[in-house]
Amino acid sequence: MIDVAKIRKDFPILSREVNGKPLVYLDNAATSQTPTPVIDVIVDYYSKYNANIHRGVHTLSQEATDAYEQARAKVQHHFNIAKAQEVILTSGTTHSINIVASGFTSLLEKGDELLVSAMEHHSNIVPWQMLCERTGAVLKVIPMNEQGELDMGLYRELLSDSTRLVFCNHISNALGTINPIEEIIQEAHEVGAAVLVDGAQAAPHIKADMQQLDVDFYTVSAHKICGPTGVGMLYGKEEWLGKLPPYQGGGEMIAEVTFEKTTYADLPHKFEAGTPNICGGIAFGAALDYINAIGLTNIAAYENDLLAYATAELLKIEGLKIYGTSENKTSVISFNIEGMHPYDIGSILDKLGVAVRTGHHCAQPIMDFYKIPGTVRASFSFYNTKEEVDVLVACVKRARNMLA
Amino acid sequence: MVIKEIQEEIVEEFSMFDDWMQRYEYMIDLGKSLPLINEQYKTDDNIIKGCQSKVWVHAELAEDKLVFTADSDAIITKGIIAILIRAFSNQKPQDIIDADTAFIDEIGLKEHLSPTRANGLVSMIKQLKLYAVAYQTQLN
Ligand SMILES: Cc1ncc(COP(=O)(O)O)c(C=O)c1O
Repeated sequence: MIDVAKIRKDFPILSREVNGKPLVYLDNAATSQTPTPVIDVIVDYYSKYNANIHRGVHTLSQEATDAYEQARAKVQHHFNIAKAQEVILTSGTTHSINIVASGFTSLLEKGDELLVSAMEHHSNIVPWQMLCERTGAVLKVIPMNEQGELDMGLYRELLSDSTRLVFCNHISNALGTINPIEEIIQEAHEVGAAVLVDGAQAAPHIKADMQQLDVDFYTVSAHKICGPTGVGMLYGKEEWLGKLPPYQGGGEMIAEVTFEKTTYADLPHKFEAGTPNICGGIAFGAALDYINAIGLTNIAAYENDLLAYATAELLKIEGLKIYGTSENKTSVISFNIEGMHPYDIGSILDKLGVAVRTGHHCAQPIMDFYKIPGTVRASFSFYNTKEEVDVLVACVKRARNMLA
Repeated sequence: MVIKEIQEEIVEEFSMFDDWMQRYEYMIDLGKSLPLINEQYKTDDNIIKGCQSKVWVHAELAEDKLVFTADSDAIITKGIIAILIRAFSNQKPQDIIDADTAFIDEIGLKEHLSPTRANGLVSMIKQLKLYAVAYQTQLN
């Protein structure tokens, strides 16, 4: 069980006001808030052992290196990853996907096929389109239905001997749908295709087990799971990471450099050129500790209650329509009110202290599918409360009255 | 009336409101009185970039004055563009080019002036001024 009152005390930002009203932060799918234990780690790092890692013989450098590698071990453990070298610390999901998309340039041929789900974030579309431009590979789309669920029948039809890669998010940021990635992975493997799962939205709700999933690549952004911005994970199976060439050249990623020839460092350093976000990496580890102390099972159960309550209350509002109505979804509610623009509703909610996201949520193909300019998206975290849901509902009603 | 006088008039109207609610309600009302763009001009070319909602603006010369019409799919945005058009429409292009936009701040819409806001107020002002520049060159 979750003691929300106690948890809220860990998040200093939750007690601030916005436009003279208590902040109701419901934009958790964009970025989550940071608890004091994680903030403390950041302050501690810069106050006590800020130094470059993997290169100094001095004490500070050694301490920073140890803390950074400990964080990698925490990430490894959290996602049940077989080997530490399979954990690449990146600047986030976008960076992680680009490493893979860039690496596949030399592994693809003209006519090879890549499958992308219809509900991807732009960061899981554009790098692959660029890959297709470089290689002549073809991008095909796995369609979705009105509820915002992938059409698994059509997915099976699209899979063939020419399929090299399949990429799909674990959870959709715009709709909240939890995709059946177990099946997606298994069936892709049957035709010999590799799978990249974008776990940016899943990490705060589901503990994904890399070995059990048998996924080839998985990506995470720390800032969506109570960590800082600018740090994240790329998990890759060792055999795949071994095949991909480095993404960026520079320090840290080399074994030996001469002007004639450079040899690359072993994994994971091959993909970690330059000074990384050291403090961010350490804080990412602290964020996982924080989440695990509460427990993702408890978190998911609590958020599901909030989701059910918010869904029922919002649907009482006349003309309100929710996009993404799968049985299998997380605490994200994307909605519109008939005849009203999401931007108008979002602007009024902001004036009332309620932070939601409006627009296309970096998933324009989904908006095109529903033929809408965008939605208002409220996304709930384990530190949100039923009372906050009530505030949201009251404010949406007020906005509706003003705009009617 | 010259632009400066109209702006002062708008500032005075907004000074009657003491909270954002009334201000927004007034803006929504103003949006309803927006001189609407002719459907034929509601093309992708006439969409102002940088707004989360769609905003179309059209400009036409009536003798030596520039007349603006516009529309948006969001009501608050319609109100904002209505305020701008009221201040700038039916004026000589050179006067529009020279006009100051500090009145936006004075009517309590300062937050909308930030170039990073998704509402595109800054883009709208820029577009109106660009039309003025274009027609001014035509007049010369
Ligand atoms: C599903 C999904 N994929 C990718 C991203 C991009 O993550 P980042 O901006 O942290 O690289 C996001 C974040 O908005 C997301 O929700």
